[in-house]
Order: sequence, then C-alpha cells, then structure tokens
Amino acid sequence: MSRTSFRLALTGLAAGLSLAFFQPAAQAAEGGPKPPALSWSFSGPFGKFDRAQLQRGFKVYKEVCASCHGANLVAFRNLSQPGGPEFTPGQVAALAATYQIKDGPNEQGEMFDRPGRPADRFPSPFPNEQAARAAQGGAYPPDFSVLAKARTYVRGFPMFVVDIFTQYQEQGPDYIHALLTGYKEPPAGFPALLPGQNFNEYMPGHLIAMPKPISDGQVEYPKGPDGKSPVPETVDQYARDVAAFMVWMAEPHLEQRKRLGLQVMAFLVIFAGLLYYTKKKVWSRMPDGSPAH
Amino acid sequence: MAHATDTSTGTTRRDFLMLATGAAGAVGLGAVVVPLISQLAPDAQTVAAGAPVDLDLAPIAEGQAIKIFWRGKPIFVRHRTKKEIDEALAVDVATLRDPQTDQQRTKAGHEPILVVFGNCTHLGCIPLGTAPGEPKGEYDGWFCPCHGSHYDSSGRIRKGPAPLNLPVPPYAFTADTKIRIG
Amino acid sequence: MSGHSSYIPKTGIERWLDARLPIIRLAHDSAVSYPVPRNLNYLWTFGGILVFMLVAQIITGVILVMHYTPHATMAFNSVEHIMRDVNYGWLLRYLHSNGASMFFVAVYVHIFRGLYYGSYKAPREVLWILGVVIFLLMMATAFMGYVLPWGQMSFWGATVITNLFSALPVVGETIVTYLWGGYSVDNPTLNRFFSLHYLLPFMIFGVVVLHIWALHVVGQNNPTGVEVKNVQKDTVPFTPYATVKDIFGMVVFMIVFSWFVFYQPNFMGHADNYIQANPASTPAHIVPEWYFLPFYAILRAIPDKLGGVLAMGGAIVVLAFLPWIDTSKVKSMTYRPIARQLFWMFVLVCIGLGYLGAMPADEPYVTISRILTVLYFGFFVALFIVGLFERPKALPTSIADAVLASANGGSAARVATATAAEPNVKG
Repeated sequence: MSRTSFRLALTGLAAGLSLAFFQPAAQAAEGGPKPPALSWSFSGPFGKFDRAQLQRGFKVYKEVCASCHGANLVAFRNLSQPGGPEFTPGQVAALAATYQIKDGPNEQGEMFDRPGRPADRFPSPFPNEQAARAAQGGAYPPDFSVLAKARTYVRGFPMFVVDIFTQYQEQGPDYIHALLTGYKEPPAGFPALLPGQNFNEYMPGHLIAMPKPISDGQVEYPKGPDGKSPVPETVDQYARDVAAFMVWMAEPHLEQRKRLGLQVMAFLVIFAGLLYYTKKKVWSRMPDGSPAH
Repeated sequence: MAHATDTSTGTTRRDFLMLATGAAGAVGLGAVVVPLISQLAPDAQTVAAGAPVDLDLAPIAEGQAIKIFWRGKPIFVRHRTKKEIDEALAVDVATLRDPQTDQQRTKAGHEPILVVFGNCTHLGCIPLGTAPGEPKGEYDGWFCPCHGSHYDSSGRIRKGPAPLNLPVPPYAFTADTKIRIG
Repeated sequence: MSGHSSYIPKTGIERWLDARLPIIRLAHDSAVSYPVPRNLNYLWTFGGILVFMLVAQIITGVILVMHYTPHATMAFNSVEHIMRDVNYGWLLRYLHSNGASMFFVAVYVHIFRGLYYGSYKAPREVLWILGVVIFLLMMATAFMGYVLPWGQMSFWGATVITNLFSALPVVGETIVTYLWGGYSVDNPTLNRFFSLHYLLPFMIFGVVVLHIWALHVVGQNNPTGVEVKNVQKDTVPFTPYATVKDIFGMVVFMIVFSWFVFYQPNFMGHADNYIQANPASTPAHIVPEWYFLPFYAILRAIPDKLGGVLAMGGAIVVLAFLPWIDTSKVKSMTYRPIARQLFWMFVLVCIGLGYLGAMPADEPYVTISRILTVLYFGFFVALFIVGLFERPKALPTSIADAVLASANGGSAARVATATAAEPNVKG
C-alpha cells in the first residue's frame, strides 16, 4: 500500500515539475528567438583563440564600436600578451601613441593630454555616464570590457544540465553575434517605433536604442597574398570577429585556463587511479592481517 | 595480476604502489604551492606601470635638484654646481667605503647631471638635501636624518651606518636635456 | 568511543612534550588510532571533503583579500584586476567562487546522508545541531561573499535579503538601517559585509572543531545504524583505512571541482554579476545563488511578508529539532520501508523547490511552490507520525555481521548499500 502511495506521489510530483520545466521554453519563445549557437575556435576543453580573428575583431572594435563603447579595463599592453591577439609590442606601442591620454596634474596643477603608453587603458569615448547618455539620446552604450560574460540568454531545462558536460558557455558571443545580425523590419502588427528606437530580433523586448551599427564592407580587412581578404567583409563575419574579440577582452586568460585545466585533470585522474588501488590494497586485510571479507 | 599479489612479489608491488601514490601526492601539493606563491610577485599592471619615464632636465637650474618617482621609488636628479663637481672629483676613491669614481656615476659629457635612487642604503629612508634649505650633510650631498648617514655630492656614502653609495638607476640621455629612466 | 589512548611516545623529545602538551597524543588518538566503523560507504568521505573545502576557501580567500579593494567604486574593478593582472589571479578567484558552490554541494550530500542514516539520533543530537549551526554560518558567509564583487546581483541580492529583516514588527526598519549603515545598500554595507565575510569562516572553523570533537566522543554512525559493539570486529583504525579512503574521495571530488573551475567557471554564477552594481536599475530576474534557491522558493511561496520570512527561517531551524521530531528508534532508513520513501520524496521536493526558486514569481510556479512548501514541512510531520507505527525490517546484530552478510552475497545488505550510495547523485 505504501508503495502505491509512493508511486502516486512521484507521478504527481513529476507531472508538476514537468509542467514547471516546459513553461520557461514557452515564455522564452515570447521574448524572441534564441541566438543560434555558432562554432567558436575557443570553445571546448582544447579551445584557443584564432589570432587573426582577434586582430580583425579589434579592427572592427576600433573603427566602429569604440566611438561609443569603452573598454576601460583593457590596457594596450594586453593586446600583445600571450593568449590574445598577440600584436607585437612595437605595434602596441605605436597604437597606444595614437591615443591621447589625460594625465596630470602637472606642476602648474593642470591636467594635460599626452600620447598613450602600452600601460594605459583604453580611453573611454565619454567622460562619464551622464555625458554618454546626453550624447546618445538617453541610452548608455555599455562598456565592452566584460560584456561578453554579462550577456546571456535563458538555456532552460534540460539544456542547462547538458551544458555542464558539453561545456557550452558561449551564450555571450552567440547573443552578441545574433544581436548585430538581428536588425530587421518590425513584423506587421508591431507597435510603431518611436524616434531612437530600433527593431532587433534578438534584443529582449525587441526595442534597442543602438541603430544598426555596421554594414557589409564597412571595415577593410587585411588582404591575403591574392589581394583579397581571406574572410568575407560582411556583417555576419564582422559580428563573429568582434564577438570573439569581446570574449578575449572579458576572459584574457581563457587559453591559459584551459591548458592548465587539461594538465590538472590529467594529474587528478592518474592520482585518483593510484589512490583507488592503494585504497583497495589497504582494505584487503584487516589490522590483524585477516582477509577483510 | 591475480597471482602477483600472493607471494613475495605482492609486497614489492604494494610498496611500489604506495611509493607512486605518495610521490604523486607530493607533486600535487608542490604544484598547488606555485600559484599561491607566484601571486605575491608584482602583478602585470605594476610591472607595466614600471615602464621607462621621460624627464626634461631644462627646468632644473644649476644648484637645484628634483625628486621623481620610477617604479614607486624616489629618484634624485641634481644639476650640480662647479664646486660640487670639483668636490666630488677631488676625493681619493681608495678611502671610500664603497669605492666609485664620480665618472662611474655620471654620463660622460653630462657631468653636471647626477641621477641616483633616493632611498638611503641603510634602511630605506629618504635622505634630505634635495629641496632648497634642507641640510645636505657634511659633504654637500645628502643627509639621512633617520640614522645619520652622510652622502657626498656624487651620492657616495661618506659617514654613518649606510654600507653603500646611492645606486644609479638605469638611464640614458635621449637628447641634450632629456633623459629616459628605466 | 573515547577509549584509553594507545599512543606510546617513542623518543625522549616526544616523552618530554607529551608530559607538557600532549598534542601528538591528541593527533594520534583522533587521526590515527581512532576506531572507524568498517562498513562506512563513500558518503562518509564528505566530512573530510568539507574540511578540505573549508581550508581551501580560507586559503584562497586570504589571498584574494591581498588584491581586493572593499569600496563601492573600486570593488568591481579590483576583482577584474585580480582576473586580469594578478599572477594566477583568475585561478584563485575562480577556485574561490566555484569553491563556494562545491562547498554547498558537499554539505548538502553530507546533510542528506545524515538524514537518510538517522545520524541525528541519540547520542548524536549535539553533533547534529552543531552541524545546523555550521550550515547557517555557511549561508551567511556565502551570502556576504557574493556581495563583495559589487556586481548587479551582489547589490540587488544584498538589497533583497537585508530587506527580509524589515518584515519584523516594530524593530524591522531599524535593524535594516543598522545592517546597511545608511539608508540604502552602499559603501558602508560593502565594508561591513567584507569584514564579516572574513570573520565568519574562522567562526565556522571553530564550530567545526566542536563538531569533530562531538563526533569523536560519540563515534561515527554507519549505514546499518547499529552502534559499534566490539571494537576489534566492528571497526578499523582511522589511519590508514579511513585516511586513504577519504583522500581518494577528496581527489574524485576535486576532479568535479576542477571541471567547473577550468572549463565552466561561470556556470554557477550569474551573468548579471559581470555588470557593475547600479542602484538605479534592478535586473529583470533577481535570483540568489543556486544553493539558496529552495529556501528562496519557500520565502516567495508565502503571500505574507513576515510569514514568508518565518517560513524560510523555519525551513532551516526545523532541521535542528529533527532528533526529537523523528520518533523511530531505528536510525538507518535502509531498515525503515516507509520513512525511506518519505526521504526520497523529500529529496525530490527540495530539488523541485530549487528549480522553482529560479523561476519568475508567476503562475503556475507560485502554486507549485506552495504545494511543495507544504510537502517540505509535511515531511517532518510525516516522520513524526510514521515513527509511531512503522514496522522496521530486521536489523543486523552487529556491524561485522552486516559486512559478512554483504560479502557472502547476502543480497539484502548489498541492495541496501546500493540504494545508500544514491544520495551521492541526488543530493
């Protein structure tokens, strides 16, 4: 009798929970389509950044995004450190010198501008949030430093459990790519857009203050030996490249982390194996020498 | 495997297993210590901030000295007078605690300019003698008030507990009146 | 279990020290010769794993403090400084943040193991209550630690949780103002949370010492729940038997821990905490860390503010009364057919509440939360009633007998250990 009641309770509980589990999927569908999962060079346990991609991504950031979006945690020197775009220190010093950095006060008590050094951080395009909002019609262009880790979308059950094993964690770049390629005409029946509003398929609520920031051919990529860029100069490719660059900005030690992880894992598995047999040996005899069982 | 465990070989295998496990554990512990210790070293930001500093010497008049910072350490830059240079050259190097000629401590062709680290080699206080009006000690250089060390006009230790001369930081003239420290 | 000491000082120095401060004797008696029931399964390694986690958290925490700045305008950037510039800073920070989660994974397994095998029953009531105290201190520590990076979830989590106290009649508002050190969560709040986050782990350490002391007075429970009768036959010395097994358990646990640290370091966290705290805008979904979710669900299930707070507090405090709520004399649920089913339902209820805690406060979640909250407390009522009439299965006469029975293919005992291993996965 108790067994039946147990089964009944289990069934009830399962029914209740499955109701709960399937609900968020329906809700997310209302919010908009899920960003497509792209294939990234840095995903998985052996993931590494594609240097050329990071360098292209930096070019897109510098020429397009940086006019509104800062990256105030990233220093020029980071661009030459291992595991990043790996520009040469000379290139970085030359690049830094093209920026004017506010320094001071000098002996006269005045702030002054000087050419940037590799140790300097990227100067922000606006002096403060209020100035940014004033210039952008009330919207604040977020800083890019950790944005790739600050953007995500709901995975829902059971995907969030599956992600533990597949190591999927590229919600950020997937979302950023989807957002950049998601500018569309609003569907019929969508409320008329007010000035300063733009329709985006992947933005939660679909209304975004940023107008379509980039179009095909806007950024010129380095040419290959045949005189043509090895990758297409399209919005899709720009979005992939800048998203990859943003992942690196948010997680500059990603490569080191995954490499060390592999070593640690290999060691722990071997150590656990040794301990398992040691444990078996120890437990095979009782203290008086008699067999354990 | 099955019959290796019974007789005398069992003991050997057991010993080897214990040894290997113990060794692996020791290696693991050692590896854990690496990040715990290396985090104490200067971080990337501190290292980058220690990049060379440029200094324009033109505003420093003869007889004046200034104090600037490189890697968080004070550096004295002194534009010496003729008298001070002569005093520094006149010293018999053999009698010095830390024998160094004035030529070794300045750049040829730029003898009036003396660049030295500004921490007393005794226990690290900043000696007086840079700002106008400060006591310069008995040898026209610097005087450390903490424990009474006297440095001469070449920054060499002459009297008191300090064991060494004020060290000369790495620097070079990038122009006639410009130096780069570091 | 505190028999006479078997320590014999070998050298002159040891004899000299032993007569003055018998510290080697203490270590020997509690970590070498201490008798351990020989039938413990791997769930019993979680005590050792928890000690390891506590020490690991303290070490990484002390190091993080060397590089962290507790100030509202600088905390967020100083954490990023650790992640970017400090040598191995990213590793230490990810170890610490994921370590908190793994600490709770281990403590939940440990609690559910105690629940299943009746480890709270006489003579282990004080041992169990000390455990509940540690759990409460852990929750406070983890909550305050999560505030320190000063991200959006830090800030709004702090706001929501401190506001719980405003539910108290008369003194509520004053308490909240005193917690904040101001009229909202701000720099003074961050500073005091930092201070307490540094203090509490050492208090936990102190209570852990008491917890282990109490354990060594009464001895370990075991999967049969039958007390040790013959030390010679029923137990093995702690070293090397329990030590090697515990270390093996720890290393396996470290593999799981490392998986998250190196491959999924932000899985347990929330993306919004990578946005600096902004007092002017609340994130769309305020969600506490996963280990608080079941209690958060209970809080939201009650439509009354004070009632919700009391229910949430009660859900934890009720654990402390378990030794007197459970009326059965039989410890291990392996031999309690009805209680065992109640136990597994309780596990499912807790998982269900955890899931609901992460969902928005809309229908149907609210209704399901209410049902599960009733079931949560219902478990304790049912445990009280069931103990009065349940007829337990035959217990083995001794631990040695149980071991022999399982070794001889006594299927009953083997099945029992097999089910007993399951909380490992579910807890």
